[in-house]
Amino acid sequence: MDFFKIESHVDFLKVRRAAYALSALLILVSIASLATRGLNFGIEFRGGVVIEAGFPESVELEPIRTALQEAGVERSIVQHFGSSREVAIQLLASENENLAQTREFIMEVLQTVDAEAELRRGEFVSAQVGRELAEAGGLATLFALLMILAYVSFRFQWKFSLGAVAALVHDVVITLGFFSVIQLGFDLAVLAALLAVIGYSLNDTIVIFDRIRENMLRLRRKTTEDVINTSLNQTLSRTIMTGVTTLLVLVSLYVFGGEAISGFSIALIVGVLVGTYSSIYIASATALALKVTPTDLIPPQPDKDEQSGVMP
Amino acid sequence: MVLNRFPLWKNLLVVGVVLLGIVFALPNVFGDAPAVQVTAETGQPLNEQTLDRITAILEARELDFGPAYLEDGRVTVRFPDVEAQLRSLDLLREQLGSGFVAALTLAPRTPALLRNLGLEPMSLGLDLRGGVHFMYEVDMEAAIGQALERMESDFRTMLRDEGIRYKLVQRDGEAVRLLLNSAADRSAARAVIAASDRQLNFDERRAGEDFELVVRMSEEQVQQRQDFAIEQNTVTLRNRVNELGVSEPVVQRQGADRIVVQLPGVQDPAQAERILGATATLEFRLVDEVNNAFEAAERGRAPLGSALYTDRSGQPILLKREVIATGDQLTDASAGFEEGMPAVYVNLDAQGARRMGETTRANLNKRMAVVFIEQKRDLVERGGEMREVTRIEEDVISVATIRGVFSNRFMITGLDPLEARDLALLLRAGSLAAPIYKVEERTIGPSLGQENIERGMQAVVIGFGLVVLFMALYYRVFGLVANLALLANLVLVVALLSMLQAALTLPGIAGIVLTVGMAVDANVLIFERIREELRNGNTPQAAIHSGYEKAFSSIADANITTLIAAVVLFTFGTGPIRGFAVTLSLGIITSMFTAIVGTRAVVNGLYGGKRVNALPI
Repeated sequence: MDFFKIESHVDFLKVRRAAYALSALLILVSIASLATRGLNFGIEFRGGVVIEAGFPESVELEPIRTALQEAGVERSIVQHFGSSREVAIQLLASENENLAQTREFIMEVLQTVDAEAELRRGEFVSAQVGRELAEAGGLATLFALLMILAYVSFRFQWKFSLGAVAALVHDVVITLGFFSVIQLGFDLAVLAALLAVIGYSLNDTIVIFDRIRENMLRLRRKTTEDVINTSLNQTLSRTIMTGVTTLLVLVSLYVFGGEAISGFSIALIVGVLVGTYSSIYIASATALALKVTPTDLIPPQPDKDEQSGVMP
Repeated sequence: MVLNRFPLWKNLLVVGVVLLGIVFALPNVFGDAPAVQVTAETGQPLNEQTLDRITAILEARELDFGPAYLEDGRVTVRFPDVEAQLRSLDLLREQLGSGFVAALTLAPRTPALLRNLGLEPMSLGLDLRGGVHFMYEVDMEAAIGQALERMESDFRTMLRDEGIRYKLVQRDGEAVRLLLNSAADRSAARAVIAASDRQLNFDERRAGEDFELVVRMSEEQVQQRQDFAIEQNTVTLRNRVNELGVSEPVVQRQGADRIVVQLPGVQDPAQAERILGATATLEFRLVDEVNNAFEAAERGRAPLGSALYTDRSGQPILLKREVIATGDQLTDASAGFEEGMPAVYVNLDAQGARRMGETTRANLNKRMAVVFIEQKRDLVERGGEMREVTRIEEDVISVATIRGVFSNRFMITGLDPLEARDLALLLRAGSLAAPIYKVEERTIGPSLGQENIERGMQAVVIGFGLVVLFMALYYRVFGLVANLALLANLVLVVALLSMLQAALTLPGIAGIVLTVGMAVDANVLIFERIREELRNGNTPQAAIHSGYEKAFSSIADANITTLIAAVVLFTFGTGPIRGFAVTLSLGIITSMFTAIVGTRAVVNGLYGGKRVNALPI
């Protein structure tokens, strides 16, 4: 089986203006949503309490809400979680009260609704620790971007680094925007997924850049645009294959992995889709816009293995 | 030169690594059995004798039990079912006596042969096996405060002993302030205090008529005090955890002022918390028999040398300020019953015993009180901001008449059975050097842990199956080779995780799933290159050769960048997220090996040095 038996000759860059427009639109929507609605941060970042309780049979949420209110627990978020027999209760730490002892209290209230309610998962994070985690998370993302920028600059020329980082920022912003628009819970696992997206998207970009570099040195007579187009076509089957295998496992993770890592899977699914698209359009087109020329491309450290079959 | 032949050593390397991986991964296939783990309360390793004693106890009752063995100084006994496990636990707790801690656990069914080689299955994180995780913060201000209060009372004693008259000795913020009558007294006081501790800092001032001396701890002393507080608290928490009887607990200092406690398999987080976080201690004091407690309560002020308390029935009572003995001087405590009433039997150390002996001899037929002191944290508003403050709750739990002289052994009554048990346990484990408060907690019920494992495994198996199917269809024989590499990769990741004993978490499993998807990338790159070379009219042998050659730099670059992201995640991440970073990093490293060297060995074996007209790719 071979989906790309005949060499493909798609003129990717011809539609690059449309792609720019699409990306710009997505980024604008993302930023607007992030600015107005923000992210639905989990209690790990905001501080608070989450309690997941299991019931022997399906439960209605109303009696639980009423029971909690009667017990004096205000402003709690009560939702079904995974199935109608499981309930998640969230309390944010913003209410200026000490939530350290809440777990026991809430379980007692739930047991008045159904004596057989059992604690499945409980989490308490103080507001201070939440702030620290959020800071560390932001720092980690920034640090990862910087390290990667440094590595790409070392391996490629700066125009490529800029293209690669533009693509990464594009992917991160759009993935975050997606979480903001549909108000999916943003927790530590999603942050981890975001860093994995950075890794994946870059992986994709670098494979394409590698090929552009190789082709630029080989096809010196062609225009830069042609060279980039050829490279994109040559790597197209690989881009799609890897995207498909990764998406296969991610979808299986989403479907079978359970509620606890669904946010993680969604972030990666969105990130892989956006990352694949950005490697083609954002990264390469940025490099083109910055007018890469073959003379830019003498690698800082000529790699013998790679050049042996290419140079005359 | 013949293309596509590997030297023997390379083939052997591949075979060797994969075989080693299989051996290390093997312990994971046997599953777990309910078990009881016995450790010494002191943490000392147990010996064969204890093992024999335990098996003898179980045999005597004709309980059904599986293998019992000694490992890392602990005795583990496996059982065929939970019922036998629970019955044996009760039996062992009863018959082994104090000095041993028996805890329920799950033990791997690893055969003795593998176990003796030191091979263990992967250790599971809390989210997979259930349990509780607490993070405590040590109240450093309180730690310093305690030190200053001790300084205050020490200075008074020193000045009194030296016959230096003083107007005031009082803690004032971060310092202790002394007011003296003359410059001469001040220099004398300074000399005495400096002689007791060379590191202290002094400031001299005139305060109106008085000569003021301000004593501060040096920065190193503050640092030392804080270090001591956290070290001491870690030790105390470890002791308390041992008292709880949990298998494989973790008690670890984290950063400057935090302590992490992990208790796998604990079903009742409430009890664990009550014991861990308790800052309870005891004080023994004489009752002030001279003054009237009711009058003092009315005035709202205790007479000099006494302090006003209320006892359990709500009656006011005056106690002398002087403390005969404190909880720190206890060497042992146990709960029991005395004439049908719950009681705590306590043993005092030599110093405490001497004081107790002197005091009781001099105060026969007078009353003595036991004060239970607990530090609690409250949120209060201060300047528009909510802040946590420590509140000390003092409770007179018993008042009894001294009927005879006692010194190192006596008992305390006046508690309910649960209180007596908790108090004995806390007194045995020692008190905290400074109050702690919980800043993070994660509780995972055992059923959820099991469910997480099942779901995670399902995701791995199905994701893996889909990728394998897709690769086989798309690249045919080469796809099968890549699948072989993928399987080897999975085995190697499991082997490394078992070797490193890094805890596997749910995000960790997600990391494995993700590596399965991404690991084929290297092979996709190589195979696409080979196809391209074939299309360009190269011979199959040359295509294989240059396919591997040319794809290498792309693979290396791509993997190194993902590795950077994983390492950053490991450095900044906490808890389960670290598990993701670990499996992702391991997966990247092993996949480089299996996808580049591993598949090459197989491809070379299949086609190398042979006449091949077409490649099934």
